[in-house]
Amino acid sequence: MKPIRDVGIIGYGAYVPRYRLPASEIVRVWKGGDGDTPITEKAVPGPDEDAATIAIEAARNALSRAGIPPARIGAVWVGSESHPYAVKPTSTIVAEAIGATPETQAGDWEFACKAGTEAMQAAFGFVASGMAAYALIVGADTAQGRPGDELEYTASAGGAAYIIGLADESLARLEGSYSYVTDTPDFFRRPGQEYPTHGSRFTGDPAYFRHVLAAARGLMEQLGTKPSDYRMAVFHQPNVKFPERAAKTLGFTDEQIRTGLLADVIGNTYAGSSLLGLTAMLDVAQPGDRLLLVSFGSGAGSDAMSFVVTDKIAERRDRAPFTQDYIRRRKVIDYGLYVRYRGKLKMH
Amino acid sequence: MAIPQNWRLQNQRYRLTGEVCNTCGAKLFPPRDVCPECAKPAYEPFQFAGKGEVYSFTVLSEALAGYEAYEPYPVALVKLQEGPLVTAQLTDVDPQDVHIGMPVEMVTRKLTEEGEDGLIVYGYKFRPVLKPAVNG
Ligand SMILES: [Zn+2]
Repeated sequence: MKPIRDVGIIGYGAYVPRYRLPASEIVRVWKGGDGDTPITEKAVPGPDEDAATIAIEAARNALSRAGIPPARIGAVWVGSESHPYAVKPTSTIVAEAIGATPETQAGDWEFACKAGTEAMQAAFGFVASGMAAYALIVGADTAQGRPGDELEYTASAGGAAYIIGLADESLARLEGSYSYVTDTPDFFRRPGQEYPTHGSRFTGDPAYFRHVLAAARGLMEQLGTKPSDYRMAVFHQPNVKFPERAAKTLGFTDEQIRTGLLADVIGNTYAGSSLLGLTAMLDVAQPGDRLLLVSFGSGAGSDAMSFVVTDKIAERRDRAPFTQDYIRRRKVIDYGLYVRYRGKLKMH
Repeated sequence: MAIPQNWRLQNQRYRLTGEVCNTCGAKLFPPRDVCPECAKPAYEPFQFAGKGEVYSFTVLSEALAGYEAYEPYPVALVKLQEGPLVTAQLTDVDPQDVHIGMPVEMVTRKLTEEGEDGLIVYGYKFRPVLKPAVNG
């Protein structure tokens, strides 16, 4: 899919919280110290952080890079599965905090880990149609796993924001996007339930790989591109193994996915996952580089997008912290402090 | 705090919007409509950059009601680049690492939650500057 008018990314911003829980801590508490871990450590939000505060900082970084007045943003769309309120939009909090209110569209998006890329695709259309000069999209989560569950190793916090505008102002121009969606119950959470349910057997081949591979192949077929045309690629990263296997199956090299593969050191940031991989790639990309992003959301579906970096990247990327600046800012906590920060203890 | 009062405070609390005095140029935070320097009316909104340094601080180990989740936490008087002094909680920093003159920047965080079924109140806090080079 491609809008009739050319659009792209005019600003981007990352955010990763300061705290890290090593997977070895979960093994220590739940497995007596023995066992393999899917990642090294994950990012944990501080007690005063949630999807809204993560979205706000990522959005401010995107705004700094875009260099536009916030009042010209015509849509603020936040994708998350950990919106702070069950009823009350996160997007209005973000819009107010960055100064985009009151003349703007706002809404929250949900599609498990691909809520952010879903919003991004809609923003391409919204801007291309002329309904807004600019649109802000965010993917941000503070994901939770049931204590002791395998998800607890990886469920983490972080987010990324993008300001979408017309191609001639873009630091990365959209070449096209492609979505692949089926009704697949691999992972879900019913209303009022604190923790999600996942079918372990369902998360690999019929869910993640089926959708990620089909979306990537569909996009490249539509554009006439092949893996070697891409300088870098990011695939949704619930762990390290899945995106590595998806890349290999499609014919991408380790070198191509290294920059965007952050799960080992920050975990699975859910709606932030593939979008944070893209901020990490944009932090180092050169004009002319072609970048591939493939998200995955349980339920299930994938959005694949192809971008070409423009010469505007050089002047804009230094206007906000890099993804790696946040990853380097790191304080390790133990399981006890983690339980306190994440509100896993009921005090009353 | 009542819901309407929170709503009126949002611009100053979410993003450090104050006022500037059109007579003498003084920057006001919080906004108070009268210039503390020259006593002339000052209504012009002014967006602070959110950068400053710790002017003085204390560490609270017995928190006020609603702030227990954060204790012990440092509260500082922050001198903003533009002049005013602001009282705010410091975040993303260990209390023993706070020092006078520490460069800080504004972030928007959860201030408190009014119970499990009440409002989540967001507002400014300050943290150590993440990346000194990025001040443009
Ligand atoms: Zn004055």
